[in-house]
Amino acid sequence: MTLNPEQLLTFSPLHRLQWEEVQQKTVILYPEGMVELNQSSAEILKLCDGTRHLAQLVQELETTFETSGLTADITAFLEVALDNGWITQN
Amino acid sequence: MAGLLKTNTPPRWLLAELTYACPLQCPYCSNPLDYTKYKSELSTDDWKRVLTEARKMGAVQLGFSGGEPLTRPDLVELVQHARDLGYYSNLITSGYGLTEEKIMQLKTAGLDHIQVSIQASSQELNDHIAGTASFEHKQNVARLVKKHGYPMVLCVVIHRENIHQMPEILAMAEALGADYLELANTQYYGWAHLNRDLLLPTKEQFETAEAIAQAYKEKVAGKMKIYYVVPDFYENRPKACMNGWATTFLTIAPDGVALPCHSARDLPNFDCPNVNDFSVSDIWHDSKAFNFFRGFEWMQEPCRSCDEKEKDFGGCRCQAYLLTGDASATDPVCSKSPQHYVVDELIATARTSALSSNEKPLVFRNSKNAGRRLSD
Repeated sequence: MTLNPEQLLTFSPLHRLQWEEVQQKTVILYPEGMVELNQSSAEILKLCDGTRHLAQLVQELETTFETSGLTADITAFLEVALDNGWITQN
Repeated sequence: MAGLLKTNTPPRWLLAELTYACPLQCPYCSNPLDYTKYKSELSTDDWKRVLTEARKMGAVQLGFSGGEPLTRPDLVELVQHARDLGYYSNLITSGYGLTEEKIMQLKTAGLDHIQVSIQASSQELNDHIAGTASFEHKQNVARLVKKHGYPMVLCVVIHRENIHQMPEILAMAEALGADYLELANTQYYGWAHLNRDLLLPTKEQFETAEAIAQAYKEKVAGKMKIYYVVPDFYENRPKACMNGWATTFLTIAPDGVALPCHSARDLPNFDCPNVNDFSVSDIWHDSKAFNFFRGFEWMQEPCRSCDEKEKDFGGCRCQAYLLTGDASATDPVCSKSPQHYVVDELIATARTSALSSNEKPLVFRNSKNAGRRLSD
């Protein structure tokens, strides 16, 4: 699956994104499984709430973290997320 | 043994075996052969305390299992408690007795996922293996689980009686709209150990079925995930059982006995602690049972000096005990084990049984059979 920059990004309703206090990490939970996220991946996924497409999401993170040039990294991660079913588009 | 106290990794996975009661009689059940001996069950409050304590330590994945967990009248209450604590709750069920109303109640209470087992792709074989007429109801339950927005996981335990149905099992899962299909080759503990000669597929059967499943995996990529649990008897290296003893998994049996894996109560003289007597934290960190096979000190050769010991932790302790009589031995599945011949022999014995015209009958998991003194 390829990422469509025109479509909104939504975190999958079949997964759960959650902060784990003991691990000090955000994790993705799904049937009998768990993925631990680093901070940047967690920040990207938190914005996948069905209100933004790719460019909007990039802009928001660049503003928040006062940086630029994040498009390639974010796109690469979102493609992994899409392949794993963590996010959906449509 | 020991030397690691308080620096242990916390449990991530809590398996709550709420009850040994079950309307099904599957002859590969992982419950103990003498399950009828353990009649007492933890109260609702005890279970809530266990869930709270384990969550505080870091457990996040929670399996409600059994027996059949639906037979516990407080299931919805426990699911609600688990949700309040932030667990991801998995209901591992036969589907027997599950109604649409209950599915909705559990959803409202915060259940995340329902795994439904089906025994075969045909009614006749399903009902035979389950020992109960349940095929149509299970299919209906699978559809309702999907309808109410749960991820739907279909679990089919694979063995010699149903392995020829692999193409039909895959098609059935796809038709039911499963998000995940778990094809669990039988692991030979408990009742499956007793029935091994009748359940273990031949190598040819296993290879044919695996090729079919792997090809299907490609076909349904992106739609349905297939988890294929390999039968380790046909491997050269053992599985990394439980991700290492008491590193990740914590099982609480119906009567409150805490186990590093759900088969561990069959290990001899093991003296597993009970949550009625100790806190979950004390059990995890300080009990003899949980420290017994932690780390690498307990290992014998060839494990002790093996460069793969950090990969597979010497394999499965219960399998080592069941097949060699010594729970500290190298899992005999490993080709480096001096007792690997035992696995070759049992494969040959099962094959002879498969080719014979008068096999002994399966021993079904029920209270009548559990009451007998059973041994192989």
